[in-house]
Amino acid sequence: MGRYVLRRLLQMVPVIIGTTFLVFALVTEMGGDPVQNLYGERPVPESIRVALTAQYHLDDPLPVRYGYYVSGLLQGDFGTSLSGSRPISEMIADAWPETLKVAGIAFVFEMVVGVAAGVLAGMRRGKFLDNLVLLSTLTVIAVPIFVLGQTAQIFLGVKAGIFPVSGTNEGFMSYLLPGLVLGSVSLAYIARLARASVAENLRMDYVRTAKAKGLSPTRITGVHVLRNSLIPVVTFLGADLGTLMGGAIVTERIFNIPGVGYNLFKAIQIEDGPALVGFVTLLVLVYVVMALVVDLLYAVLDPRIRYA
Amino acid sequence: MRGAKSAKWVAGAIVVALAATACGSGSDEGKSGGEGGSGGAFSMNIAEPKRLVPQAATESGGSQVLSGLFTPLVEFDAQNQPVLAAAESIESTDNKVWTIKLKDATWHDGTPVTAKDYVGAWNWGAYGPNAADGNYFFGTIQGYDEMNPVDPDGDEGPKKAPEPSAKELSGLKAVDDKTIEVTLKAPFAGYKSVLGYTVFYPMPQSALTDIKAYEEAPIGQGPFQMDGKWEHDKAVKVKAYADYKLGEKPKVDAVEFRIYQDQNTAYNDLLANNLDVVDQIPTEVMGTAPSELGDRFKSSEASTFQFVAFPTYDKKFSDPRVRKAISMAIDRDEIIKVVFQNSQSSADAFVSPVVGGYREGACGDACKFNPTEAKKLLAEAGGIEGNKINIGHNADGGHEQWINATCDQLKKNLGIDCVGQAVPKFAELLKQVEEKKFSGMFRLGWIMDYPSMENYLGPLFSTDGSSNYYGYSNKDFDRLVQEGREAKTEAEAITKWQAAEDILVKDMPVIPLRFGKNVFGHSTNVKNVEMNLFNQVELTKVEKA
Repeated sequence: MGRYVLRRLLQMVPVIIGTTFLVFALVTEMGGDPVQNLYGERPVPESIRVALTAQYHLDDPLPVRYGYYVSGLLQGDFGTSLSGSRPISEMIADAWPETLKVAGIAFVFEMVVGVAAGVLAGMRRGKFLDNLVLLSTLTVIAVPIFVLGQTAQIFLGVKAGIFPVSGTNEGFMSYLLPGLVLGSVSLAYIARLARASVAENLRMDYVRTAKAKGLSPTRITGVHVLRNSLIPVVTFLGADLGTLMGGAIVTERIFNIPGVGYNLFKAIQIEDGPALVGFVTLLVLVYVVMALVVDLLYAVLDPRIRYA
Repeated sequence: MRGAKSAKWVAGAIVVALAATACGSGSDEGKSGGEGGSGGAFSMNIAEPKRLVPQAATESGGSQVLSGLFTPLVEFDAQNQPVLAAAESIESTDNKVWTIKLKDATWHDGTPVTAKDYVGAWNWGAYGPNAADGNYFFGTIQGYDEMNPVDPDGDEGPKKAPEPSAKELSGLKAVDDKTIEVTLKAPFAGYKSVLGYTVFYPMPQSALTDIKAYEEAPIGQGPFQMDGKWEHDKAVKVKAYADYKLGEKPKVDAVEFRIYQDQNTAYNDLLANNLDVVDQIPTEVMGTAPSELGDRFKSSEASTFQFVAFPTYDKKFSDPRVRKAISMAIDRDEIIKVVFQNSQSSADAFVSPVVGGYREGACGDACKFNPTEAKKLLAEAGGIEGNKINIGHNADGGHEQWINATCDQLKKNLGIDCVGQAVPKFAELLKQVEEKKFSGMFRLGWIMDYPSMENYLGPLFSTDGSSNYYGYSNKDFDRLVQEGREAKTEAEAITKWQAAEDILVKDMPVIPLRFGKNVFGHSTNVKNVEMNLFNQVELTKVEKA
């Protein structure tokens, strides 16, 4: 087990080098003009172009620029953003907690409600509850998230006044509605996954055996069926947590949450290479770690899976 | 039975929801009541400022915040004429050497503002390697070129630009504590108006030692001072400065600039009365906003000028009659009504109505919609080569709709083929034009830097103008603009510039399309919300309702 974890952690090194280089190269090769992008439609004074080009090594060949970036990174320096010239580490430190709060709410919401709805629907297949779950999840999946977000904002925020419309000034309540909106789509998938999985497992031989042995129905579903049904759900949840923590561009924009998604959006818009690479590196790290956690969880859920 | 049961649940849910709603609106009222009282506070939306250093803040978010923290040397009255603010007097005998005397004022930390604070800040902005956005504003002062050497062999060449040979503008001197002397490269009668811009604010000398630390909580000499630090991506909070002596004190105690990623969100907050001022109503809701806001829906003139340019290297458009015909075939009012929901107005001149010297209808018949005349004129000129034109635009600017509408009108009114051609980014469009690879007309926009006709005519149409991307060149025009700059009086200058504008009407190097408007709104908590010609909310005028 220890060796397995170590090996997996070591594998992260080439993955991170590869992805940062890829993103770095893509931003460079986009062929745009980041200095002009900063200025919008105004002419860029020559002296400023010279200064910025020197500061960000914009006229050096790609490998040299990447070299500068990695040597900075190894000293714990993510570089400075092209817009506003803030240190990127500081931007990450500000944005990350905001995204985590929304992601946390979304994750708890989709896990608790999604699994519960899925398991109940799976146990009552073809009944009213099952149809209700299927229909409502289908609706949520079909509606684009920006429609969902804006509708929720206008009706629950502006018209009803139950939730704050936007911003982060009102503590937990500020993050609740964006979290619920963000979690709703994954919730729909989780409910459907859990429903199918439970329904399938209920027909397994071991369930019949357990019934024959006289185990209570609660114990059969609560311990045996649930544990076996959760493997696909956990896989999905793990990958989803990685996605959620990567920030949600659309949801964060609608609810004005200054998180990772907002920063990514801004960086892409002005082709801010350093900021983009910084944030993406972070996302890759989170994703790789989450994948490892999920793999380790399999062993907990199903003792037959062992790692060496 | 099951049906009846679920009906009960639904009813229960509605009761809960209603109760929650009641709580929600109750607490809202409590909140706005608390903020009221003497002075009170109000909130407005901004975009995350790029910088909060006066010499480096030319975009709207940063300059809006700084307009509260600082008082400019001159402000502008209702006729957009400069009036003295932080300056006691601004005088010149030859329009070349300007003497600026300062009023007594203190920084927010209590120390007096001196001429050295102005000189230091301006030198910082003019020094190339500091890469301040407002750098080019100092280009008219003597000594600027030494601080901003040009790459000898252009961008592509192997040589790098040399190090600047000077760190200070030779034409800028602090004569004594209260007097600044500015020597320009060439006489300019309208220099007083230039001094109203953000980049001419002073900075305390302590700021220059650590500009990064300074901009987290800028110290100014204006009506408001920082309340805490700049909360990046969230808000900038300011409160009234008790010792403010340079002008009218603000009517409120504090302002919160809330940073929004999306104007639509800000507008929703305005509808819920959670935000007091939105400085730009998003186009998406322009149709419903007047009825949703009622008399809180406001608009005022702005300096923006939108036009379509003809690159001179494209021989298709070399006949001015062709250019005029295209202009006359565009029904500007129709496009403004349908696409922009009347949030802009039709351009009838080459300079915006906000500057002195603007003449209504200066463009004459060439900017009036007249399809029959247009068709006749085009036939006279022998039609357009290939009977097909392109209109280029940057796809990230949201121009597609009006470009397509324009094309449809040209197709219908001139019987030619017209296609809107999107280039992903503005920078890319410019590059293609510079390399003479883009064929066809292309859209451009202009926001003025200082309220003067010269700020439209000079950069956009003179041969070496900074934004003359299309290569228009007319010696008589250049001469008239320069004579206007050197004129003894403002009135004389305007006569020259108007004569220059008449040349544009004849030549039609671009087609004037639209003038901008500030379309803004406010909540029921505030009144007297006004926006000035720099697209900024007048912070000191806003009052609690």
